[in-house]
Amino acid sequence: MSQEPLWSIFVNASLINNFVLAYFLGLCPFLGVSGKLATASRMGGAVMFVMLVSSTAAFGIHRLLLAIDAPYLELISFIAVIASTVQLVEMFVKKVSPALFRQLGIFLPLITTNCAILGLALFQTNKGYDFMQCLVYALGAGTGFTLALVLMAGLREKLELASLPDVVRGAALSLVLAGLLSISFMGFAGLGG
Amino acid sequence: MAGPLTEPTPGTDEFVKGLWRENPVFVQVLGMCPALAVSNTARNALAMGLATLFVLVASNTVVSSLRRFIPRQVRIATYILVIATFVTIVDYAIQAISIDLHKALGAFISLIVVNCLILGRAEAFASRNTVGVSFLDGLGMGAGFTLALLSLGAVREILGSGTLFGVPLFHDGFQGWVVMILPSGGFFSLAGWLLVFNWWRQRREALAPLAAEGAR
Repeated sequence: MSQEPLWSIFVNASLINNFVLAYFLGLCPFLGVSGKLATASRMGGAVMFVMLVSSTAAFGIHRLLLAIDAPYLELISFIAVIASTVQLVEMFVKKVSPALFRQLGIFLPLITTNCAILGLALFQTNKGYDFMQCLVYALGAGTGFTLALVLMAGLREKLELASLPDVVRGAALSLVLAGLLSISFMGFAGLGG
Repeated sequence: MAGPLTEPTPGTDEFVKGLWRENPVFVQVLGMCPALAVSNTARNALAMGLATLFVLVASNTVVSSLRRFIPRQVRIATYILVIATFVTIVDYAIQAISIDLHKALGAFISLIVVNCLILGRAEAFASRNTVGVSFLDGLGMGAGFTLALLSLGAVREILGSGTLFGVPLFHDGFQGWVVMILPSGGFFSLAGWLLVFNWWRQRREALAPLAAEGAR
């Protein structure tokens, strides 16, 4: 059992070991949905919600599988829970805001294959967090993901106006931006306990 | 550029397209999370590439052979379950072969499940084609992925620590570029490779009309 204080877990997951910029998790939506600021922040919200639910579920599943002595089922059950949570969010968003649903498009069902969410479930199990720690970890990871997404979207909106050679347009430029963001996030190292 | 002398058979084309023309990482920009995360040394990159290759080939084959029995509504869930099963097998296999390697790759072996490349191939290719062709497609795409990972890993290892597969390449005075080993180095080297590919593609498109005229 880990004794890490809650605030340190939060700072760690959101800033120091940012899921996108330090662990490379969730890169597909990071590059795909970061074109517009408004879409980016809502996408961040959806991901954070899925993270909280799936982290809670993963905690329960891990305990259950330990009790019945079947750890090899862990990966399959995690992914099944995540897929159903995403389905739920998709139905909810479609009902509440059809406009947002169209904006997010293919990236909403693709939250299922967002490595950040499965990564969160696996990391919290590896680190042996208790229930509260898991929740805070999920919250921190979601905040970090949203932060990275929003920062990236802001940068890309500015870049729309810049004149660039054709060769660097598209993914290559986004990756250079991500690299620079990643360097600046390294400045947070040492913040946590 | 002159055309190929013999028309390639459909089978070889399924294999070759993944290596270069439709390379999953450099051209389609899929499956980047593992591509960046474990490519800090050439050895890790190769191991990750081979693990993904195995899962891709196996899941393509199974999905393709079950394509008539999977109902459309639950197909994505079914694909993910198939993929997760093979990833669990790979995870335990790597643990049995080398504990060191398993530690170095960490959670990223399990994260092969959510590699968009594998699900993408299952949905876009294996669910519509025969078993043999899907097998070749998986093999080609997997090989292309491994190639891409290896080239990323090699660049990062050579520049970052001056070695390749652990063998020192430079004089003792070589100072590694620490940034290449760090996460940001992954972003930069992938960006560099993408630039090379973009440049090459644009040049070929610019030259295509000229070449066609020359052939006439």
